[in-house]
Amino acid sequence: MTNATLVCRDLWKLYGPDPKGFMAQHASRPSEDAIRAAGYVAAVADASIEIERGEIFVIMGLSGSGKSTLVRCMSRLIEPTSGGVLFDGLDLLSVSPADLIELRRHKMGMVFQHFALLPHLSVLDNVAFPLEIRGVGRRERETPAREMIELVGLAGRENYMPHQLSGGQQQRVGIARSLITNPDIWFLDEPFSALDPLIRREMQNEFMRLQDALHKTIAFITHDFDEAVRVGDRIAIMRDGRIVQVGTPEELIIAPADSYVADFTREAPRSKILSARAIMRDAAAGETVTGSIPATAKVCEFAARVDGSEHPVAVADEAGRQIGVVDRRAVMRVLVGAEELA
Amino acid sequence: MSVAAVNSKAVDIPARVNPTSVAMAVFAALALLAFATGDSVIPAWMRELPRSWQLGLDSGISSLMKWLVEQANFGLFTFKEMTRAIAAVLNVPLEVATAFLSRGLQEGRGSAAVQLAPPLPWVAVVGIVAALGYRFGGPRLALVAGGCFLYLAVFGQWASAMTTLSSIVVAAPIGIAAGLVCGVAGYRMPLFRRIMTPVLDLMQTVPTFAYLIPILFLFGFGPVAAMIATIIYAAPPMVRVTMAALSAVPREIVEYGTMAGTTPRQMILNVMLPAARPQLLVGVNQVIMLSLNMVIIASMIGAGGLGFDVLTSLRRLDIGRGLEAGVAIVVLAVALDRLSQAYAEGARRREAQGDGRTFLLALAAFVAVTYFVGLFLPFVATYPEAFTLSTAPWWSEAVRWITVNFFDFFDAIKTFLLLNLLLPVKRFMLAQPWPLVVAALAFVGWRLGGVRLAALVAGLALFIVLNGLWEFSMVSVYLCAIGVLFAAMIGIAVGIYAGLNPRAWRIVEPVIDTLQTLPSFVYLIPAVMLFKVGDFTAILAITLYALAPAVRFSAHGIQQVPEMLVEAGTSMGCTRRQILQRIQLPVALPTILLGVNQTVMLALSMLVITALVGTRDLGQQVYIALTKADTGKGLVAGLCVAAIAIIADRLIQAAANRLAAQRSGASHAA
Repeated sequence: MTNATLVCRDLWKLYGPDPKGFMAQHASRPSEDAIRAAGYVAAVADASIEIERGEIFVIMGLSGSGKSTLVRCMSRLIEPTSGGVLFDGLDLLSVSPADLIELRRHKMGMVFQHFALLPHLSVLDNVAFPLEIRGVGRRERETPAREMIELVGLAGRENYMPHQLSGGQQQRVGIARSLITNPDIWFLDEPFSALDPLIRREMQNEFMRLQDALHKTIAFITHDFDEAVRVGDRIAIMRDGRIVQVGTPEELIIAPADSYVADFTREAPRSKILSARAIMRDAAAGETVTGSIPATAKVCEFAARVDGSEHPVAVADEAGRQIGVVDRRAVMRVLVGAEELA
Repeated sequence: MSVAAVNSKAVDIPARVNPTSVAMAVFAALALLAFATGDSVIPAWMRELPRSWQLGLDSGISSLMKWLVEQANFGLFTFKEMTRAIAAVLNVPLEVATAFLSRGLQEGRGSAAVQLAPPLPWVAVVGIVAALGYRFGGPRLALVAGGCFLYLAVFGQWASAMTTLSSIVVAAPIGIAAGLVCGVAGYRMPLFRRIMTPVLDLMQTVPTFAYLIPILFLFGFGPVAAMIATIIYAAPPMVRVTMAALSAVPREIVEYGTMAGTTPRQMILNVMLPAARPQLLVGVNQVIMLSLNMVIIASMIGAGGLGFDVLTSLRRLDIGRGLEAGVAIVVLAVALDRLSQAYAEGARRREAQGDGRTFLLALAAFVAVTYFVGLFLPFVATYPEAFTLSTAPWWSEAVRWITVNFFDFFDAIKTFLLLNLLLPVKRFMLAQPWPLVVAALAFVGWRLGGVRLAALVAGLALFIVLNGLWEFSMVSVYLCAIGVLFAAMIGIAVGIYAGLNPRAWRIVEPVIDTLQTLPSFVYLIPAVMLFKVGDFTAILAITLYALAPAVRFSAHGIQQVPEMLVEAGTSMGCTRRQILQRIQLPVALPTILLGVNQTVMLALSMLVITALVGTRDLGQQVYIALTKADTGKGLVAGLCVAAIAIIADRLIQAAANRLAAQRSGASHAA
């Protein structure tokens, strides 16, 4: 909690004739039936999340699940109907318009699904734009802008216009532009959804590389569960405006909260997500083991080794103590899927 | 008798009877009855309200204007001083532009004026235009634009054209800036937008002549007053375009602007307006074209130049001179239209166009050199008169030849149509008592769009009645109706043919593009040339002017029919005729209706101009008011034209919407 950069508490966004009045009537906790009966639509319902410093927090959901609205409430692009947003301990919802502008100029960055590049500005001017509106002089803003362009791998294209770039390149500009102010919180709203699958994969890798260097606090929106598990430290799954479950990819796979979450996790690349700790069993008395693997190792990293050994492999915690064993059967279950094996 | 026939039919098949059709038939029967019985039965007050029942709006407006000009006082200054100040401020840029383009720098006024420095030499102006053409659109456009201006020099229209151009280079930017400011305000402030929208509607339907009068009253006669009229006429589309373009900026871009931490002012100036630039430039093009459209009309309150030439030659029936000046306006319009369009498209593509500074420096150097050379070599400064060509005598001779040889032929056509179509329709319209027409309009409005539409159209019709302009309005309706009928018949036929036939479209499209760039006045010239003055000439001019949208919308309607549907029809074994009748026309109908709507609007805007060729309708009323500077009378007659336009517009649009709604409803059900 103390380490959280962004905290949302009981956040609601209702659409309808008089959302504030309706919320007041229902003590800020209307039931779903009451909402429907009164003709309101809850784009975000009772959402509470905490994004820790330096983590990639993914908000995942299908279209219409309210994930875009939620991220816009967190950045106050949309005013929430009720609830609270704390940004570095500051109550974001009570900040004055002028202070909000300052906050956005210095502490927030956002990347958009359709890039949202300004069509009349060159790559260089687009990246320098956040500094320009802050009143930074041309020379002082172009140096960092060129560095950012270099960082996202677009050196040499500073004077291109947005329409002369491919989708992936345009999004690189969008990323460079959002990072130039060195923000404390980085909102990415479906940043790779408009790209071709191959480019999307490449951009995800690029994004992970950047994050390894920058350690930003990130709210990442996506509708793609594969993408969520690839990039996310923790994932919040949304449905009909509500947060169904929050957890690490492994937690979601091991213990999906309901069938909706289970539907997503079924096709997930389990061998890359599940660790030895999740699939080990207790060693039988006097059981022979060969070698040992760390408890945090992913299945894909040790599958070949377990497969090649006669006996189960020991699983060791950080201190080197044996806490369990992994055998061929356990690995097979992950690789083939539990249902087929049973 | 007809009523009885309808009733008996209704009794025969009671199950299938449609109350709307019955009501329409009753209205039609009553209308025929009114036509047949004539004055004997219908009381006089049903034709025109007696003076004592009328609103007296016209005298009210007139005395208000009088009060404004003679007595209104804001404490520190009077109203008159304010209008004078506005005129004085606007006069400054106009003086500068005329100094550069037409008159040169002068000391003193009128005949006592001494020229201190000559205006830009014609070579320099042609050079500038060609260079801009090259920069915006390449060598082809350079040739077209330069060629147009060269034409003006060679055919002896240079002096007048430069007078006209100087008023446009001042009026258009002011109109654009004013439109932009109002548009941004309308976008930012919903209340302002709600007030603005009906005002814009009205400004675009009230005939131009009508607001010439108050301007004449407030600002006097002269180039500045003419320029103000031009700005008022040309700015409204820019307001609309600005509001629409700002609303069309992608949501993500606005959100990005917010997240980047822009202030509201930065949001508009640095994010939204630049992002909307391509659409805004379309508005810029429109303002320029509308300014040109006003050239002739504005010359009625003191603009000189080409418009004045056309007007005076039309008044003297000097067809040759009028046509020459008219063609010069067209040439100027073509050049400015192509240049501004190319600039707008260039902005959309944003090709790297080389270094702007070098271009400007080179151009400035060229102008300076020609100016200097022009001081010593007169033929560089002014196009030598000995080399000008005049087509005027040729045109006059041609018209004389045509009238001598074909007078009987044209006269026969005119007489035939007058006797068999125009006069009967006119008599029919004039025979209608207003209560019947108001009731019929209200009924149609109610069927098409519900109670609100019914109230609107009936209210507007009653406005005309209460101002005692019913009969003049019916003449206007008759003129427009026949003009629209001709235009729609020809236009829809041509449009459908061109829509079906890509090769024909390639020929038709540039023709209607050109037709739409011509100022409305130009259409009067050939009509007067061949048919002298009168109703028939007016209708011919209206038809010509209103033709283009009928063609364009019909062709688009046909072209937009999904290929799939045509293929489906073919695979079912439809003949080409069946495909056209059963598939393409029904699908294209809503679009074609919109084209008819545009045709009606253009016809009404042409109406007042045709008053110059001797019609006796609302247009004539406005025109008479203009010559007498009778503000109230002119404005009221103008508002009546607007009322007719709004009635027609709302009814046709309601019909089109209903049709579209039925379609989509049917497709949902299926």
